[in-house]
Amino acid sequence: MTERPLPLVLRPLDAIGRGAIAVVEALGRFGMFLAEALGTLLTPPFKFWAFIDRINYIGYRSLLIILLTGGFTGMVLGLQVYFTLVRFGSEAYLGPAVALSLIRELGPVLAALMVTGRAGSALTAEIGIMRITEQIDALTVMALNPVRYLVAPSILAGLVTFPLMTAIFDTVGIFGGYLVGVELLGLSQGTYFGEMQTFVDLNDIMMGFWKSLSFGVLVTWVCTYKGFHVGHGAEGVAKATTDAVVLSSVLILVWDYFMGTVLP
Amino acid sequence: MIKIERLVKSFGSQQVLRGLDLEVATGSITVIIGRSGGGKSVLLRHLIGLLRPDGGRVLVNGADVTRLGGRALDEVRRRYGVVFQGGALFDSMTCAANVAFPLRENLRLPAAEVATRVEASLAQVGLEGMGSKYPAEVSGGMRKRVAIARALVTEPEIVFFDEPTTGLDPILVNTIHHLVLNLHRKLRFTAVMVSHEIPEIFEIADAVAMLHDGRIVEVGPPGVIQASPNRVVRQFIRGEPEGAEGA
Ligand SMILES: Nc1ncnc2c1ncn2[C@@H]1O[C@H](COP(=O)(O)OP(=O)(O)OP(=O)(O)O)[C@@H](O)[C@H]1O
Ligand SMILES: [Mg+2]
Repeated sequence: MTERPLPLVLRPLDAIGRGAIAVVEALGRFGMFLAEALGTLLTPPFKFWAFIDRINYIGYRSLLIILLTGGFTGMVLGLQVYFTLVRFGSEAYLGPAVALSLIRELGPVLAALMVTGRAGSALTAEIGIMRITEQIDALTVMALNPVRYLVAPSILAGLVTFPLMTAIFDTVGIFGGYLVGVELLGLSQGTYFGEMQTFVDLNDIMMGFWKSLSFGVLVTWVCTYKGFHVGHGAEGVAKATTDAVVLSSVLILVWDYFMGTVLP
Repeated sequence: MIKIERLVKSFGSQQVLRGLDLEVATGSITVIIGRSGGGKSVLLRHLIGLLRPDGGRVLVNGADVTRLGGRALDEVRRRYGVVFQGGALFDSMTCAANVAFPLRENLRLPAAEVATRVEASLAQVGLEGMGSKYPAEVSGGMRKRVAIARALVTEPEIVFFDEPTTGLDPILVNTIHHLVLNLHRKLRFTAVMVSHEIPEIFEIADAVAMLHDGRIVEVGPPGVIQASPNRVVRQFIRGEPEGAEGA
């Protein structure tokens, strides 16, 4: 039963159609993967220690890089924003300017990008290696769902740790701005923190919170998915790791823009 | 009993299984032999439900595992033990934790009983006291033995071994064969083993099946296979190079 070859003019259409179907299928698999992971969280047994382990893996071990990047981001912001505000004679607003940029935008995004680079890539590589060395198959034939053991704890840990990491990033960043603005450039401490309290309200904090929460799911979802569906051999793991980091980073920025337009 | 009927599987344009039939008697040790790349691992992966065939079926005690999914398939798998070709030990856990894993997670045994069973099972494969090491810290032969211990610790009804001895020294090959034989006498499981160890496997097998060109070309007791008039089988068990075919 061989198919008759298509006429030449129809072949590009055929290729486009196949491509579109492949994309839709891939998206479907991607969505089902998250649905399955969330499903295992709703049914016992809950893998509590795996979850704690993932919090350590994704959160605690990313702490140093969050402290460093948060601090320097705040310092750079303090410096640049100060010199911009000085031109309008409104350097008194340095505090709120730094705080708002960090809380609404830079904190969630940069923290997510940093954790992706540090923990997301490792997550993909770890799961990818488990796949190619048949460890995931071993779980499956023990009648244990690998998604429950490997994916769900990571996604839940992302949900918990990303907002915390972001909060730390913001706090350290605000003190970075303080160091530059107050200690270096001579703004008064009362002005820096006082104006901040006036201008930053709960909406700003919630925006940062919702962003970081969604990045937590996004990054762990992409990274575990890429590891789970890794190609063959070491090369496959290398490619999956790169793909996971690139895709996570792009999605973080796209989703950030989207959230920025819908949230107040 | 495991009954494989007209199993067909292709990867892209490559036909790996072309209507394979085989019966494995309950309680027997059936060894599958055949050329490297011939599809032995692919066949095993169908039996444990990791691959779906393009056609045919696999009946395990009457249930077609190629059509089962979810809970029903897990029910069948709980009676399985599988030794993967590469061992597939969890490398984030110690050897003892690997062996303990199915007991803890599946049988939900209390910690004290898990510990005694793990110890006994490691001792059975000659690895007492090695439990605290990680898979990366032990030799290839030890890893295989840990994998065997992990597969057998739940006392499964059916055990699949994918080349449990490949790459080991001749003494270890015999050690592992005797280990399997002893455990088989004790636990009475059904064993399906893929192996390249010729002639050693003739001593432990109840039946030997030769996989060639996507089919089982001959199956029978070791004596029958060794005396087989089939050219493919004869060539394979004597290890004659391919060029000798024309003779
Ligand atoms: N997931 C897969 N995708 C594509 N091709 C595959 C896949 N798995 C196996 N194959 C192909 O199927 C054929 C049989 O592979 P298999 O691993 O079953 O060989 P084998 O008989 O176990 O060999 P060996 O004795 O070396 O382990 C090989 O040619 C392999 O390339
Ligand atoms: Mg193989």
